[in-house]
Amino acid sequence: MSVTLLIEQLLNGVQLGTMLFLMASGLTLVFGVMGLINLAHGSFYMVGAYATAAVTASTGSFLTGLAAGMAAAAVAGALVELIVIRRLYHRPHLDQVLATFALILIFSEGTRWIFGSSPLRLSPPSWLTGFVTLPGNTRYPIYRLVLIGVGIVIAIALYVLISRTRLGMRIRAGESDREMIGALGVNISKLYTVVFALGAGLAGLAGALVGALQSVQVGMGEPVLILAFVVIVIGGIGSIKGALLGALLVGVVDTLGRVYLPIFFRAFMPPSEASGVGAALAAMLIYILMAIILAFKPKGLFSAHD
Amino acid sequence: MKNITRFGLGLLLSSSVMAVQADDVKIGMITTLSGGGSHLGVDVRDGFMLAIEQSGRDDIEVLIQDDANRPDLARSLANEFMQRDDVDIMTGIIWSNLAMAVVPAVTRQGTFYLSPNAGPSDLAGRMCHENYFNVAYQNDNLHGAMGAYMRKEGFERPIIMAPNYPAGTDALAGFKHLYEGEVVDELYTQMGQTDYAAEIAQIRASDADSLFFFLPGGMGISFMKQWESSGVDIPIFGAAFSFDEILIKAVGSAAIGARNTSLWAYDLDNETNHQFVDSFREAYSRTPTLYAAQGFDTANLILSALDSVHPDDQDAFREALRAADFDSVRGEFRFGPNHHPIQDIYVREVVEGEDGQPTNRLIGVAVEDIQDVYYEQCQM
Repeated sequence: MSVTLLIEQLLNGVQLGTMLFLMASGLTLVFGVMGLINLAHGSFYMVGAYATAAVTASTGSFLTGLAAGMAAAAVAGALVELIVIRRLYHRPHLDQVLATFALILIFSEGTRWIFGSSPLRLSPPSWLTGFVTLPGNTRYPIYRLVLIGVGIVIAIALYVLISRTRLGMRIRAGESDREMIGALGVNISKLYTVVFALGAGLAGLAGALVGALQSVQVGMGEPVLILAFVVIVIGGIGSIKGALLGALLVGVVDTLGRVYLPIFFRAFMPPSEASGVGAALAAMLIYILMAIILAFKPKGLFSAHD
Repeated sequence: MKNITRFGLGLLLSSSVMAVQADDVKIGMITTLSGGGSHLGVDVRDGFMLAIEQSGRDDIEVLIQDDANRPDLARSLANEFMQRDDVDIMTGIIWSNLAMAVVPAVTRQGTFYLSPNAGPSDLAGRMCHENYFNVAYQNDNLHGAMGAYMRKEGFERPIIMAPNYPAGTDALAGFKHLYEGEVVDELYTQMGQTDYAAEIAQIRASDADSLFFFLPGGMGISFMKQWESSGVDIPIFGAAFSFDEILIKAVGSAAIGARNTSLWAYDLDNETNHQFVDSFREAYSRTPTLYAAQGFDTANLILSALDSVHPDDQDAFREALRAADFDSVRGEFRFGPNHHPIQDIYVREVVEGEDGQPTNRLIGVAVEDIQDVYYEQCQM
């Protein structure tokens, strides 16, 4: 239970948080601006990872692959918005859930049809493998530090986009009053397509970056999607700031819980039981956190619709 | 009117066809061909069908259905096979939880079931059945054998890790049973977990001299890739479930050096195995996994019993299966009293193959003639 272990685990938590933020920011924008519940967001995560793996394998360049993955996810997002989602804005949430759930099945089986059912191979490029030595003589993988860096850059870029640009102004306007900006002559359907594609592209980027660390396989997006929903509920639906804070909170709490709960229970239980109980409770921890936050702030930490 | 005549003629024809084929054998295969981990089911199916084709028999009909890794679907497919198709033998299930949902119902109704993969402890022990045969392994076998091997190799402070679900806790229990020593720590991960940074940091902070883990499917891929970049430098061990030929190709160089226990290896030196591996590569253009080998053996066991007797004569067919009079790709193969194998478990090491891709190489025997510990609870 040394300080170096704690520092390393905090870094791990922040890294998980930044990747969750990439997923959650798109989800929260789409929900906030368009009022749409999009279960298929995890599919864009998968599309990004698969496209990156395929392009990296054929060109040999991870960066080209990454750009292709992000572009593929954004294009997939734009197409899905034009073909399917557009018809759902005025429908009840249940219809949206059903339709986007159908999209998950179509994307999953389509991917299996194209790439087969075995997991694909995607590894970080050689110049990003290896590790750095942190103070306290602990080694930390370079790639994870890069992920944290990318997450921070994206967060800043989103902040600038939303608060300083015309597009951001329209997005903010869309969040606070959808009918009004339509009445003011903003091309609302184009705005929706752009926001949806932006969210999908960010999800694709997250899938590609994390895919190199984990495995690229069909259905990889759904577990992350659940966490991303927890993040946006905690952070307040529609709020980018809330998504960032919620993602970091979930990442750090989840990581520290997994490490320290079993150690905590070991103080008064036999080791194998303590590991089991600790692991089970750690799995619940973020949902407990969500329940506590919602008990005090029913609309999340930063609701866009106050 | 014309249609009715045609329909009547059709009925007449089909009934006469059925009369001709009364001695045919119907085999129902329920396996996982879609959803997570479907490459296991595909290999079982391909290995099984290869043996059926090689037998040249045309009186065997194999019906194949996909359970999509869902227990409820597997159960209803089994009912269809038994009631509508009236199959004589069933096989194919990959996952233990699906086997628990299907097998007892099948054997209770007098249909034979041969498991090409799943081997839950209940079916080896208190819920064993005279019509149930496991041609693969009992779930503990590979983990236990690795425990024995690591002890033999002189590792004294292993740290062990598995997902927190029944097969995971069984795996660690099986390991400890034959390791016969203290482990440094037991880590339980979440089912389907993809990020192992927290666990890797804990392993680094412990003073373990080796790591044993059971993380089937995509979990193993994620873990090994993250393990490679972590800079932790202790040898890793596992069961073949995390190191089949398809998974290690997805893992890449991170798998090199890992040792794993398996009941079979493609470079196992016996004539049956050489022929199997060559013909499988020719038919499907890939190297078979242990699942393909298990499917191939299952089909050959059935064929060996069918050579002497039809499954309608249940007692004689059961005896013929129990004799296990077939050439196994594993070399020696025989059944214990609970119809589970008594077999050698081998150790393989992941090395870089000639094409630069990782592949398994046989390096020795972990335990000879391993038998599960549940046979004493089996009353049949």
